[in-house]
Amino acid sequence: MEMDKVTFGITMLVCGMGGTLLTLWIMSLIMGVLRKVFPFKEEKQN
Amino acid sequence: MLEAILNGLSGLIAGFQSLDWRSLVMLVVGGVLLYLGIKKECEPLLLVPIGFGCLLVNIPVADIMGKEGFLRVIYNMGVNTELYPLLIFVGIGAMTDFSPLLANPMTFLLGAAGQCGIFLTLLLALGLGFDKLDAVSIGIIGACDGPTAIYVTSKYAPHLLGAVSVAAYSYMSLVPVIQPPIMRLLTTDHERKIVMGSVTGQVSKTTRILFPLVMTVLGGLIAPKGLPLLGTIMLGNLMRESGVVSRLTKASENEIANIVTLFLGLSIGATMAGGAFLNPKTLLILGLGFIAICLDTVCGVLFGKLMCFLSGGKVNPLIGAAGISAFPMAARVVQREGQKYNKKNFLLMHAMGANAGGQVGSVLAAAVMLSVLSGMGVIPH
Repeated sequence: MEMDKVTFGITMLVCGMGGTLLTLWIMSLIMGVLRKVFPFKEEKQN
Repeated sequence: MLEAILNGLSGLIAGFQSLDWRSLVMLVVGGVLLYLGIKKECEPLLLVPIGFGCLLVNIPVADIMGKEGFLRVIYNMGVNTELYPLLIFVGIGAMTDFSPLLANPMTFLLGAAGQCGIFLTLLLALGLGFDKLDAVSIGIIGACDGPTAIYVTSKYAPHLLGAVSVAAYSYMSLVPVIQPPIMRLLTTDHERKIVMGSVTGQVSKTTRILFPLVMTVLGGLIAPKGLPLLGTIMLGNLMRESGVVSRLTKASENEIANIVTLFLGLSIGATMAGGAFLNPKTLLILGLGFIAICLDTVCGVLFGKLMCFLSGGKVNPLIGAAGISAFPMAARVVQREGQKYNKKNFLLMHAMGANAGGQVGSVLAAAVMLSVLSGMGVIPH
């Protein structure tokens, strides 16, 4: 059975926006950790 | 002999005889796009070839988008295959410095909030009676990112490509006009004056190299249907940050991006034939595109206000408006607005972080969207 437009729209909003937020939140955590693990060192920069 | 001469002359007036009102209107539209590109310098790299493509395709008899027309060849070569937007993404990745984003990873979230317009506009388009995939393509204008909009639309609603692309690029160039009134409306005088400290710390080369790799793998695993989008922008960025393939980086951000931009612009213009373009749907799409970008700004600023509240007033909510893909235009708008209310306020680097987050966010939102569509069975797995 084909999905109605309301269900489709709400699913896209919840999963789409939720997925985007969640992924970027995870990315922000990972990049925060990587920044701490590999701190900036003046002498190693080009 | 007279008959032969008359027949010969008829060949010279065939174009005029076949000219209908729709072609005439589109010739004017092409002229307006050229005017905006040349005189007003609104996204000239795109609007000039789009406007000229629009002129070419609306000159009757030439059949330039016919089976063997040269615009058809260019269109099939890179729009049908989705190659043009992807090659442009390699160039964008090669041009973009994500350091301000990596220096303050929380701005990733502003880049996510700035994508709300995509999904809210999708809902609006569905409410206005558009088909599901048409609504998805219209919503993607809210990504405020031309190549993303073109990639998704050419794949799932190619008949809307002209309208969606024109809307995406036109509104992107209008960001400095569209955003400030919304920013002022949603923030208080006190909030606009909040001074943010300097962006703390620089980012090591290792972190900058790991970013595109982590993003590709994580994003690809979460949203595999959008991996071409994510993969190409991150490839460009990896080449830039690694510093070992400067020839490839330069080619990606210059020669390849320039050639593809020309072909892409012409291809978009070629979809603007009067018969297909002039219908009420086009006007609706232009209207919805405008709403999409307004909603992006609204959600971005509101999220900025939330961050301001949670941080105890340390975040200026204006930077939320930069969480869109129009890079670095949106960041400059934030800087300008912030300085209007407090001359000592330098929001640029914070806004650049949010703006870079918006670039990643728009690509990721499209990728997530495609994977959700695939999961629901709306598009093939």
